[in-house]
Amino acid sequence: MSAIAPPATADTAPPTPDYSEYKLVPARHPWRWVGTVVVAAGVAAIAWSLVTNPRWEWGVVAQWFTAQSVVNGLVETLKLTAISGVLGFVLGFILALMRLSASPLLVSVSWTFSWIFRSTPLLVQLLLWYNLGYLYEKISLGIPFTDVRFFEAQTTTLISQFAAAVLGLTLNQAAYSAEIIRGGILSVDQGQLEAASALGIPAWQRNTRIVLPQAMRAILPNAFNEIIGLVKGTSIVYVLAYSELFYTVQVIYNRTQQVLPLLLVATLWYVVITSVLSVFQYYIERHFSKGAVRNLPLTPLQKARKFFATHVAASPTKDAR
Amino acid sequence: MSTIAARKESKTTAQAADEAPAETSAAASAGTTAARPATADRQATRGQVDITNVRKSFGATEVLKGVSLSVPPGGVAVIVGPSGSGKSTLLRTINHLEKVDGGYITIDGELVGYEVRGNKLHELREKDILKQRTNIGMVFQSFNLFPHLTALENVIEAPIVAQKRSKAEARKRGLELLDRVGLKDRADAYPRQLSGGQQQRVAIARALALDPKILLFDEPTSALDPELVNEVLDVIRELATSGTTLIVVTHEMGFARDVADTVVFMDDGLIVESGTPQDIFANPREERTRSFFSKVIEPAFNI
Repeated sequence: MSAIAPPATADTAPPTPDYSEYKLVPARHPWRWVGTVVVAAGVAAIAWSLVTNPRWEWGVVAQWFTAQSVVNGLVETLKLTAISGVLGFVLGFILALMRLSASPLLVSVSWTFSWIFRSTPLLVQLLLWYNLGYLYEKISLGIPFTDVRFFEAQTTTLISQFAAAVLGLTLNQAAYSAEIIRGGILSVDQGQLEAASALGIPAWQRNTRIVLPQAMRAILPNAFNEIIGLVKGTSIVYVLAYSELFYTVQVIYNRTQQVLPLLLVATLWYVVITSVLSVFQYYIERHFSKGAVRNLPLTPLQKARKFFATHVAASPTKDAR
Repeated sequence: MSTIAARKESKTTAQAADEAPAETSAAASAGTTAARPATADRQATRGQVDITNVRKSFGATEVLKGVSLSVPPGGVAVIVGPSGSGKSTLLRTINHLEKVDGGYITIDGELVGYEVRGNKLHELREKDILKQRTNIGMVFQSFNLFPHLTALENVIEAPIVAQKRSKAEARKRGLELLDRVGLKDRADAYPRQLSGGQQQRVAIARALALDPKILLFDEPTSALDPELVNEVLDVIRELATSGTTLIVVTHEMGFARDVADTVVFMDDGLIVESGTPQDIFANPREERTRSFFSKVIEPAFNI
């Protein structure tokens, strides 16, 4: 009941009727329903065609999906992604720190690195690394401008397909991740560094314990974009005849002529990898959002548990209430 | 140049030579005329700050034009003045967050940020500067709490990382400090879950965790809603009786009057005058001081 007395002008204005017993009815949105129906029909049509069109050859897809050669190719793809992803981000981190340093030389070297590797097509980079033996017959490690050599080898034996692939993907990745990490670091308020340094916390710990954990929130979405891009980017090393997933299915369909079903096999694997990475991304981002949001949202798992706890477990007592 | 020492014995000879006789007598009376019984309990033996002829420029702008100031162990100096007068910069030179262009600062006779080699002052290595800073706590206008750490984690971070104390010991001490600022029950809250006043109290606990000789406050209440100002000032008021040397930059004139041994009025990179709150607020000698206070203190304010 309202505690506020009616205004004194009650005799001039009609008294407000009491609506407190009325039921509230939310507004209707008919067009939302129309849209839903249209989209549902579209989705159903696509699903129907995927199932019923025999040319998709789902049987062939299933047959090759877990074939030994395809799985071997998948392992190579994962290996390339993991190695060049990790090395790329480590190198990117170093480049980002160089770019943010006070030394003009370090800044310009880092800038030039990003400039060159971001402006060259990855395909060109890969072919260049693979054909490095044409430019430099031997690779040696020693003291410059002297005859002292600790190590020397033929370039062609040193740069295998795998080495060329890792080299190309890593350096390319480093150029992009350097910018992502630099952006993340710049997004952290300068006052944080000041406070840490006023507390006597050493530079390394200032970066690793104070700045990076906060920068991660800005870095992660872009970093996962890059890693997911890299997963599929590895398919480009087929030009080196390196037997990763994409090259493997190409070899198979050149023999069997089942082009689309085999491309579908590769595609489905890429979808699986990306999905797994997306789950990782969700939980890692959630970890680093501690303190950035007032309350962490529930994870899907927690939501499901809550749903079961309130709806399923509580349902017998519901009638009793 | 203006040099103030609330206790006569704390002055260095170099500064005493520069001092006008009138200022000396004002300084000498500071300890006796201050009507705060709490000051008598202080047993401070550490935390003497001496700032000598400090100069600092940003580009072409000279922000500090030769500032000298002495604060005795356990003393409470409150620096007031219009914005842009160099108050915050002066404060930040005391823990070497800002490098001076000239002059020097000592704490208990030890040079801040430099060491004497031959007849030159060489800047210390980062490691040694950081070690000096653990003696000087600082509280910022914008709190600068680490948002990804809880209140307790904010407090224990520096003791663990910079002083290499054990985690258990740091936690115990951290909880004591949070209790002291009235926030023991919010130890596991993240800064964003706290009000501005609570955040600043955590920041004070964080500064205290290193057991500093000196605490610097850079406009600690300027970013707070008016009703939250007092909870922070109360904590600082309590610290003023603890024997830690406090240097506070603030616009809270009532607070300055209540808590300071010495009020320092700065304008345009210089200390215009300084003295006891009574001297500065009731009988300012300089016209600039008078006109500043007439603008910031409401007419009802009367000392």
